[in-house]
Amino acid sequence: MIAYTIRRLLMLIPVLVGMSIVTFAIIHFIPGNPARIILGDQATATAIANLEEQLGLNRPFYVQYFSYVFDLLKGDLGTSLRTNRAISTEIWPHLAATIELTMFAMIFAIIVGVNAGIISAWKQNSWFDYLSMIIALIGVSMPIFWLGLMQQWIFAQELGWLPAFGRGNPRDPVETTTHLYIIDSIINGRTDQLWTSFKHLVLPGIALGTIPMAIIARMTRSSMLEVLRSDYIRTIEAKGSRPLSVIYRHGFKNAVIPVLTVVGLQTGTLLGGAILTETIFSWPGIGRYVYEAIGTRDYPVIQSGILVIAFMFVIINLIVDLLYSYIDPRIKY
Amino acid sequence: MKKPVLEVNHLKTHFFTDRGEIPAVDDVSFYINEGEVLGIVGESGCGKSVTSLSVMGLVPNPPGKIVGGEILFRQLSGNNNEEDLVKVSKKRMRQIRGNQIAMIFQEPMTSLDPLFTIGFQIIEVIKNHQRISKKAARTKAIDLIKLVGIPRAEEIVDEYPHQLSGGMRQRVMIAIAMACDPEVLIADEPTTALDVTIQAQILELMKKLNREKGTAIMMITHDLGVVAEMCDRVVVMYAGKVVEEGDVRTILKSPQHPYTQGLIRSLPKMHERESRLYSIPGNVPKPGSITEGCRFAARCDQVFDRCYKEDPELLTLNEGHTCRCFLYQKEGEALHV
Repeated sequence: MIAYTIRRLLMLIPVLVGMSIVTFAIIHFIPGNPARIILGDQATATAIANLEEQLGLNRPFYVQYFSYVFDLLKGDLGTSLRTNRAISTEIWPHLAATIELTMFAMIFAIIVGVNAGIISAWKQNSWFDYLSMIIALIGVSMPIFWLGLMQQWIFAQELGWLPAFGRGNPRDPVETTTHLYIIDSIINGRTDQLWTSFKHLVLPGIALGTIPMAIIARMTRSSMLEVLRSDYIRTIEAKGSRPLSVIYRHGFKNAVIPVLTVVGLQTGTLLGGAILTETIFSWPGIGRYVYEAIGTRDYPVIQSGILVIAFMFVIINLIVDLLYSYIDPRIKY
Repeated sequence: MKKPVLEVNHLKTHFFTDRGEIPAVDDVSFYINEGEVLGIVGESGCGKSVTSLSVMGLVPNPPGKIVGGEILFRQLSGNNNEEDLVKVSKKRMRQIRGNQIAMIFQEPMTSLDPLFTIGFQIIEVIKNHQRISKKAARTKAIDLIKLVGIPRAEEIVDEYPHQLSGGMRQRVMIAIAMACDPEVLIADEPTTALDVTIQAQILELMKKLNREKGTAIMMITHDLGVVAEMCDRVVVMYAGKVVEEGDVRTILKSPQHPYTQGLIRSLPKMHERESRLYSIPGNVPKPGSITEGCRFAARCDQVFDRCYKEDPELLTLNEGHTCRCFLYQKEGEALHV
C-alpha cells in the first residue's frame, strides 16, 4: 500500500510537467503578438514593448518556460493584468468558494444517490425502484439554470426559507482564515455564521449536485444489481447474515469501484467551476473568476485558472486511485 | 433406528417468469437421516440445485417461490422439536442458516467475497450465531482452517481469496460451513469445478467430517463416481421429479428406472473397450415444457403408449427402494422385483 502510494505520487511528476507545458503554451499559441492582443488594436508601440518586458515575452522560449516553472514552484502564479495583484492571493478565495460548494454538492449527491441506488437494486422492480429511477432520469436531463431558478423562486422568493444569493450576510462578513466559510465559522466559534453559511450552501449545492446525484444513483443501482446476483453474496446469505450486512458491508463494498470512478470524475468537473450555478446564485467561485478574466483578456489569470483546475482534477484522480487499491486488495500496480 | 434430521415432503418450487409458471421442483419428497450421506443425482437442469436452495430458503425471489409442500427440520441436539422451514420466519431461517444447516457451492472461485480476508469470512459466520470474543473467534477460525487441511493456517487467515487456489478456496468454504457444527451440510456439486486429484481430497475431507462430527450431508451431484464414493442412499431426479430412490448398492447394482439405467450405462468402464460411450439420447426437457405423460418418455428406450398419456406414480419396489415407472406397475399394483 505504501509502496503503491509512493509509486503513484511519482507518476504525478510527468503529469504535472505536461500540465505546466500546456498552460505555458496557452499564451504563446495566441496568433500574433500576445501583448498586442491583450492591449487591443489601439495600443501604442511603447505600451506593447512595456507589456512584453513585463510578461518577459522578449526573452527566449525556454528561458520563459523555466522561469514560469520556477515561479510556480515558489507558488507564484503571476500578476493579474486587470487588478495588478498577485494571482496566487487573489485566486484562493474563489477556489475555496468552489471547493466548499463542490463538497456540499457531492456530499448531497453521494448520500442521496448511493442510497437510492442501493435500495433500488435491492428492491428491484418495486415502486421505489421505478420512482427513484424516473427522478434520476429527470435529474440528469434537467437544465441546471432552470432548476436553480425554480429553487430560487420557490424556496427563496415564495417560501423565504433559504437565501438565494451569495455565500453569507454581507453586513456580517465571516472573518476568513481558510476562506472555507463553514470551517472559518467553526474556527471563530460563530455558530450563527455557521448556520448562515450552511443555509447559503443549500440551494446552489442542491442545484449543482442534482446531476451527479442522478448519475451516481443509476451507476450504484446497476453495479449493485450485478453484485447482488453473484455467488459470494449467496454464500454470505447462506451464512445467515442480516440483510443490512449482506447489502451494505459486502454488496456495496463490491459495487463501489465504478461508483467511485463516477464520483471522482464528477467532483473534478464541479471543481472546474460550475459557471452556470455560480452565476445564478452569485457564488464567487473559480468558474466565474476565470470567466470574468476571459471577458477582460486577463491571460495570466486564465492561465492560472486552467492550471489550478487541472491540478484539482489530478489530485482527485490520485485520491480515487488510492481508494481503489485500499478497497480492493486485488488492485496492485 | 436412525431418525431423519431433514424431511422434505411434496416440495414444489416454481419460477414465475414471462414464459409462465415453471415448476423447477415438482412434488419432491426425500429425507436425510442423522449422520447419513444422501446423494441427489441428475443431469443439469433437473432441479437438484433449486431443491437445495429451497431447503436453505435461498431461492431467488422473485422469480422463484416455494408454492407447496413442507421441509421438516428436526433439531437433534436440544429439545428435538420439529420445524417446517417453509413456514418459519425470515429471522428464524437466518438463525438456522449457516448454523444448523450449512451449504457449500459448486464454484469455489467465485463463492468467497474477494474484498475480505479468509479469516474475516470465517469469523463472520461464527459471529452471526455465537457470542464470542474477537480473539476467541480468530483462534477458532485458525483451528477450522487447520481442520480442513490447509497448511500455514496462521498466515492464510489474513490472506485474500485471490491468493488461494480453487481447491484451497473450497476447503475454506467447507471451513465456513463447518464453523458452527451444523447438523446438515448441503453440498451442491462441491467438486465439479476442481481437478480430479483435488476432487478426491475434498471428498475425503467431507467424508472425514461426516464420520467424526456426525454431520449429515446432502450431496448434490451428477457424478455417479462421487455417489459410489460418498453416499449411503441416493435420490435420482429427472425434470423436477424424483424418479428413483434407494440405498447406494441397489441403485448402482440394479437400477430399475430406465433413466437411472441410462445414467449408469453412460459411465466409462475400466475393463471394456467400447468404440462409443453410451449416452442417453436427447436433452433434459425445459422445465414446464412437458405437461402430459412421463417426463422421460421422449428419451426412454423402453417407452410404450401409456407413458405418453399418464404420469406414473412413485412405486415402492422393495423396502426403501422406490421407482417412478409403469414398467413395474400392473393393474394398479406395484410389481415386486
